[in-house]
Amino acid sequence: MRRSVAGKFLPLWPLMLAGCNRHQSALAPFGLEARSTLSLTVVLAAGGLVIALGVAVIYAIAARAPEGRLTHERGMRLVLWLGAVFPTVVLTALLIWSLPAMRPLPATGQDLHIRVEGEQFWWRVAYREAGRDPVLSANEIRLPVGRTVVFELTATDVVHSFWIPGLAGKMDMIPGRTNRLVVKAEKPGRYRGVCAEFCGLSHALMAFDVIAMEPAAFDEWLAVARIPPRPTDSAIYHRGEMLFAREGCGSCHAARGTPSGEIGPDLTRYGERLTLGAGILAPTPGNTAAFIRDPHRFKPGARMPAYRHLRQDEALALAVWLKQSGAQEAKR
Amino acid sequence: MSDKRRKWHERLQVTLWTLIVPPTVWAVHFLFAYLWAAVSCAKTGFFAEFPTLFTAGTVLALATISLSGWIAHRQTRLRGDPPPHERGTDIDRLRFLAKSTLLLAGLSFVGVLFTALPVVFIGDCR
Ligand code: HEC
Ligand SMILES: [Cu+2]
Repeated sequence: MRRSVAGKFLPLWPLMLAGCNRHQSALAPFGLEARSTLSLTVVLAAGGLVIALGVAVIYAIAARAPEGRLTHERGMRLVLWLGAVFPTVVLTALLIWSLPAMRPLPATGQDLHIRVEGEQFWWRVAYREAGRDPVLSANEIRLPVGRTVVFELTATDVVHSFWIPGLAGKMDMIPGRTNRLVVKAEKPGRYRGVCAEFCGLSHALMAFDVIAMEPAAFDEWLAVARIPPRPTDSAIYHRGEMLFAREGCGSCHAARGTPSGEIGPDLTRYGERLTLGAGILAPTPGNTAAFIRDPHRFKPGARMPAYRHLRQDEALALAVWLKQSGAQEAKR
Repeated sequence: MSDKRRKWHERLQVTLWTLIVPPTVWAVHFLFAYLWAAVSCAKTGFFAEFPTLFTAGTVLALATISLSGWIAHRQTRLRGDPPPHERGTDIDRLRFLAKSTLLLAGLSFVGVLFTALPVVFIGDCR
C-alpha cells in the first residue's frame, strides 16, 4: 500500500505541532488586535476552503456531464455570476467587515505610553505617564491587562521591527521617526516578542519578554520601580559595586544608582528580569557571569566588549550583585 | 423612426471617447482620494473628520459611472441587428463599444467603491 504524502510525514507532525505555543504565537492571542486578526484569518481560511471545494465540485459536474447537456449560454451565465458578481460581493462584504478592525484603537494622553527603542541587538524601554519622570528598563515589557497602552516605537541605528505576535501586528522601528502602536492586553501571563526586521548579525537573538499583569499589580510594580535603589550594607554589595566601577561598566550601563551610562541596557532592575541578553538565556548568576566575560559567544556582534580578563569569581560577584537589584527592591 | 421621437439617451452615441469615461472617472476619483487624504493629514493629522466633501465626490463619481454604464447598456439593446456582433460594420462596432463601456463601467464602479471605503472608514494617517 502506498502512503499519502501527509502520511509519509506523519512522524514529523508532533514536531511541527510542538512549534506552536501560547508563549509567542499569533494563534494564541492575548490582546484585542491579535484576537480580531485571528478570527479574520480563520474566516478567510474557511471561506477559501469552501470556495475551492465549490470550484472542484462544479468542475467535476462539468467534466462528467453527458454530451449536449451544457450550453454555451449557460456557461457564460455561470462565468458572469460566479466569476464576476459573486467575488465582487464577497470581497465587498469582507472589506466592510474587516475595515473596523483596521482602525487603530483610540488613545488619549492620559493612557500609559511605553517608548521602546530598537538597538542592535536589544530594546531600550521607558514607561511614560503624563506629568511624571519616565521609568527606564530594557528587554522586558510589562503591561496592565484591560487598559489601553500606547507604544512609541523608534530605533537608534538601523531599522528594526517590533512584534508581539500574541498582542498585535508588527510595527517598524525607524531611526528618526516615531511610530505609534496602540494595544490592549486581555489575558495576564508571560509572553514573548521579537525583532521582525533583519537588523544585523544577532537579529535572530533580539527578543524580549512581555508580562501582562492585573492592573493593580502593575500599578504597584511601577510605583516600586520609581523608588530609587538604595545601597545595602553587605560584603556582596560592596564588592559588586567596586567591580562595576573598576571595570567601567557604568560608562555604558545604569545599575543600582551608579552614575548612569546610557549606551547599554539599563540594569537597575536586572534582578527581576525573566531572561538575559534580550530574551535568549535564563538570567542565572552563572549565565550572567559567562555573558559578562564573553558576550559574543552568545550574541555575535553585540555592542558590549568582552571581559575575559575578569576572574570567574569576579564575574560571578558582579552577576550576583546585579541579580540582587530589582528583586530585592521589590521586597521592601 | 425620426430623431425627435427617439429618447435622448438613444441619440447619444458610444464612441471610443465615451468608452474611456468610466475608467477616467475612476482614475480621477483615485487621485482625489489621495489628495484629499494628504491635505487632511497635513492640516488636521486625521482624515475621517470631515468626510462630507469626500462622500459627495464619491457619489458624483459613482453616478457618472452608472450613467455612462446605463447609456451603454441601452445601446447594446438597440433594435435591429441580431447577434453575433463581430463584423466590421458600423452597427457591430457600436455594439462592441457599448458592451465594452458597460463592462468597464462595472469595473470602475467597484474600483471607486473599494477606494472610497477605506478612506471613509479608517481615517488614520499612518
Ligand atoms: C561599551 C559599552 C558597554 C560596556 C563597557 C559594558 N556593557 Fe554590558 N552591554 C552593553 C550592550 C550594548 C549590551 C546589550 C547587548 C545585546 O544584548 O545586544 C550589554 C548587555 C549587558 C548585559 C545583559 C543585559 C540584559 O538586559 O540582559 C549585562 C548583564 C551586562 N551587559 C553587564 C555588563 C557588565 C557587568 C559590564 C562591566 C564588566 C558591562 N556590561 C560593560 C554595553 C556595554
Ligand atoms: Cu532588530
